Amino acid sequence: MTHCPSRRTVVRLALAAPLALRLSPAAATPEAFRAALDDFTGGAPMTEGRVTLDVPLLVENGNAVPLKVSVESPMTAEDFVEEVAIFNELNPRPDVIRFHFTPRSGRAAAETRIRLNGTQNVHAVARMSDGSLWSAVTDVIVTAPACAES
Amino acid sequence: MVAMVNIPETAAPGDIVEVKILISHPMETGFRTGADGNLVPRDIIHELRCLYAGEEVFRAEIFPAIAANPFLGFFLRATETAEVELLWTDEAGQEHSERRTLTVG
Repeated sequence: MTHCPSRRTVVRLALAAPLALRLSPAAATPEAFRAALDDFTGGAPMTEGRVTLDVPLLVENGNAVPLKVSVESPMTAEDFVEEVAIFNELNPRPDVIRFHFTPRSGRAAAETRIRLNGTQNVHAVARMSDGSLWSAVTDVIVTAPACAES
Repeated sequence: MVAMVNIPETAAPGDIVEVKILISHPMETGFRTGADGNLVPRDIIHELRCLYAGEEVFRAEIFPAIAANPFLGFFLRATETAEVELLWTDEAGQEHSERRTLTVG
């Protein structure tokens, strides 16, 4: 039996479609970022937590955005943070910086200043000495993006 | 290449001390177009390492998304009086360094 949608159904679908589109992009991050993340994690699952990513919520100048990251860890020879990778979603390339720690670091924390080409999410992923992966994400509103002056 | 390094001169054994470095460098991304319409070649610092008593305690792999005049801050656990050496590699692969002595006691 062929089903011909009523006018009411068509109108309802048309109204609902933009809403569906608006909801989906939150999960649909650019491919380059996804590839860089997979390259780092090797496809292994990550757990949100243990990582604190401190970036201002709103910045005026995307050319130098202060970034601090720290990871909860005893930093002993048996249990320490090996590496923390910082990624962005919208710069020309997804890598920002990778911090390599050792037990002699004493604290798995580092800070720097980064470039952000527009409002976007910044991700931090930590790899522990036991191989487990922990992550944090934060969104930054950038009013004057980096790379805009060229 | 000018760099400013900030490390405490003294520390008690077991103290965790902060190391800060600011390097004067354009960190040219390689994505920017110059006045002649051509891409400005990439010129960045690719890596920074910190050795303490000759052993690597921290290393950063740096990408063009790090701001001009790169600043890095990190920590190390003071265990002995020894040299803290910061080494960084530029676009040409040349290594630069700064040394400070950390007195522990």
